[in-house]
Amino acid sequence: MAVCFALAFAPAGLAQGSAPPAATPVGVTDNQVNAIARELYCPVCENVPLDVCPTQACAQWRDLIRQKLNDGWSEAQIQEYFALQYGDRVLAEPPRRGLNWLVYILPPLIFLVGVFIVFRTLRALRKAPGSSAQEQAPAPAPDPYVARLEEELKRREKE
Amino acid sequence: MIANFGFGALLICFVVSLYGIGAAIYGVRRNALAWTESARAAMLLTWPLLTLAAVSLVYLLVAGHYEVQFVYNVTSSAMPLYLRMTALWGGQAGSLVFWSWLMSAFASAVMLRSWQRDREFQPWVIVVSLVTLAFFLGLVIFVENPFARFWQTANGMQVISMFQPAGGTLLLPPDGRGLNPLLRHPGMIIHPPMLYLGFVSFVIPFAFAIAALITGRSDDRWIRLTRRWTLVAWLFLSLGLVFGSRWAYDVLGWGGYWGWDPVEIAAFMPWLSGTAFLHSVMIQEKRGLFKRWNLVLIIITYSLVIFGTFLTRSGVLSSVHAFAQSSIGPLFFSFISITFLISMALLLRRWNDLRSEGHMTSLLSRESLFLVNNLLFMGILVVCMWGVLFPLISELFTGQKVTVGPPFYERATGPLFAGIIFLMGIAPLSAWGHSTIKTLGRAVWKPALAALLVLIGALAAGVRSVAALITVFLIALTACITLYEYGRGVAARMRRSGENPLTALWRLAGRNRRRYGGYIIHLGVTLMAVGIIGIEMFQSETQGALKPGETLELGRYAVTFRSLAQFDTPDGRNVARAVLDVSRDGRPLGQLYPRRDYYYDSQQPMTIPGVRSSVEDDLYVLLVDWQPISSEGATFKVYHNPMINWLWAGGLVFILGTFVAAWPSREELAVVRVPAKLAVSEP
Repeated sequence: MAVCFALAFAPAGLAQGSAPPAATPVGVTDNQVNAIARELYCPVCENVPLDVCPTQACAQWRDLIRQKLNDGWSEAQIQEYFALQYGDRVLAEPPRRGLNWLVYILPPLIFLVGVFIVFRTLRALRKAPGSSAQEQAPAPAPDPYVARLEEELKRREKE
Repeated sequence: MIANFGFGALLICFVVSLYGIGAAIYGVRRNALAWTESARAAMLLTWPLLTLAAVSLVYLLVAGHYEVQFVYNVTSSAMPLYLRMTALWGGQAGSLVFWSWLMSAFASAVMLRSWQRDREFQPWVIVVSLVTLAFFLGLVIFVENPFARFWQTANGMQVISMFQPAGGTLLLPPDGRGLNPLLRHPGMIIHPPMLYLGFVSFVIPFAFAIAALITGRSDDRWIRLTRRWTLVAWLFLSLGLVFGSRWAYDVLGWGGYWGWDPVEIAAFMPWLSGTAFLHSVMIQEKRGLFKRWNLVLIIITYSLVIFGTFLTRSGVLSSVHAFAQSSIGPLFFSFISITFLISMALLLRRWNDLRSEGHMTSLLSRESLFLVNNLLFMGILVVCMWGVLFPLISELFTGQKVTVGPPFYERATGPLFAGIIFLMGIAPLSAWGHSTIKTLGRAVWKPALAALLVLIGALAAGVRSVAALITVFLIALTACITLYEYGRGVAARMRRSGENPLTALWRLAGRNRRRYGGYIIHLGVTLMAVGIIGIEMFQSETQGALKPGETLELGRYAVTFRSLAQFDTPDGRNVARAVLDVSRDGRPLGQLYPRRDYYYDSQQPMTIPGVRSSVEDDLYVLLVDWQPISSEGATFKVYHNPMINWLWAGGLVFILGTFVAAWPSREELAVVRVPAKLAVSEP
């Protein structure tokens, strides 16, 4: 973040506002630019989406998106361009290839292992010795909660 | 002079900590109570010593001793007094001192309790607390010294050192660099201390758990002793997260409250495992099950607490190379690894003694559902951990840095959060030991009907997203069940005791604070979930450049640009402040003043939103850009954040619930009072 700020402000010093948008291509709205910038990350700052990064550098990158949109580029093409220029870190998620697959595969895999462990634990604990009698015990009477609550209240009030 | 004094206090505290560790272990080996008492005294001495060190540092910050490197880095003469004081935790070295001070305060407070029934735990609680404290003190003294000063050596070189180099003279910079503008916010007063309090107070249940493992006590005594500590830790961590979100919303200027940033996740992870632990210990208390799992959870939570501090303080997040170059990164990594391995080894040693005593009788019993709750919390934890670690792993193996951003986390954790909300609703209805679909169904059908009405209402209001509808139904179901549970309890009391509804409600919660405090927490979570759904699924935004008098519309709102002024402030800022008229459906609502502050000392800008809040929504306006000649025009970004204030209100309810749950009951207070009286009456 500090690097980004330094890069952005060192040359400009006290930089109130940015250059007048005279050269900005017309026809492309801020909202169209932001829709793409939101999916990209500032190539310099840590974990700051491009649409909200307040630095001059990012303002220039947003202008670049505007320029590309004006030239008729699609969102995918712009994303690819940024990834090629600045590396995969500008993408909101790692592209699905090579080692990156681990990001997507490992958490569900570990979760499934967790499900399996929980399932086994529940089964093992249900089979615990002496449990059969209780397993066959009838379900509690209707409205068990209120019954329990009242029983508890009775007990506490006796104390 | 003061710097030397502060450093001396730190050094003595470090030595005292090491002595305390040695004395406690020696006391156990020799079975000599006097040594344990001495270790206890050492533990108690650390707090005044650290207070002296912390006060010295605060004095240096307030008095503007810029010859001290830390003071130079985090303060400047333009900063107001409260920020100069809170700058203590505005930089790495100071925050480590602050961490240690809080840690010492909590551990000392534990030492003041009565230990008669748990004498065997005491030396090991001291050892664990002091080992943790000594590690942090070691970092502060040997690696990140907040009292180090700037010197000029005889040959003209500038060095940073605690002590005067031969022939060196003290360098006195006229002013400091000032605190990072992001941290110059009233939220900074409260957010980091809350988070740190949460972090350090989780060390206490961990210390008791390790004491139980070492002494071989396989009952749930350590859990009962630390239940309130855990709740307090959890409360502070929750407060830290909520205040942090609010601070981000107010200061970071991106229209949101949570960006799945690794630093946020670092604080969230111990909260996840801590929440799982809070639920899981109830199973052990009620049913004697999952003793091993509870120990695993508290060991993980402790490791995550240290890991959280490590993540934010080591530089590892910016790059693995930064980690390697960072002076404290490898030390943190070693400490986490060693404590984790030792803890797990102790657990394995006692593995066979820690078998579950009870058994499950129903897959729908409360203990089963709590186990599933644990699975979901741990699932989210795995996603978070992997999301934080993967960029580093990728960089290490491929040299390519990647970003794991919000889309990944939202997709992976969304269903798990939904599952937790569902469980939050039905688990309180299930009984310990036994529940059937029939009993659960009988208890749930009325609230489910009410939730269905809410769902129909959402459909009628135009909500069409399936994910949003499912979530709305689950939230409504849980809220209705929780309210229904309260209603049933109140009705039962009214029937039995003839109390009026308010008295019945008050006494109901007072009689079983843990359960009814928990229900309030659940209600708070449902309110927060409404806010999260509002902003995550229904946030809208627009951006446009306006000339004075021009209007930008978003939904039913319209903002009209009136003027922009730029001026310097006495605290060293250049402020660009816009004035906007706000209206809704053509009806004027007042004015908003979004601004951009530029800090001269740190040469950094801050975007401060103009926000109009209501129960229904926030209109959140950012000043994105403006022309050098202010009258020409400016660019604004406008967000509409539906229901966001439910998130903050839910946070308050959540905190209230935690207070209710943690507050000692009359019986517990009586137990505390009786020995106190006895002690007084003794000659």
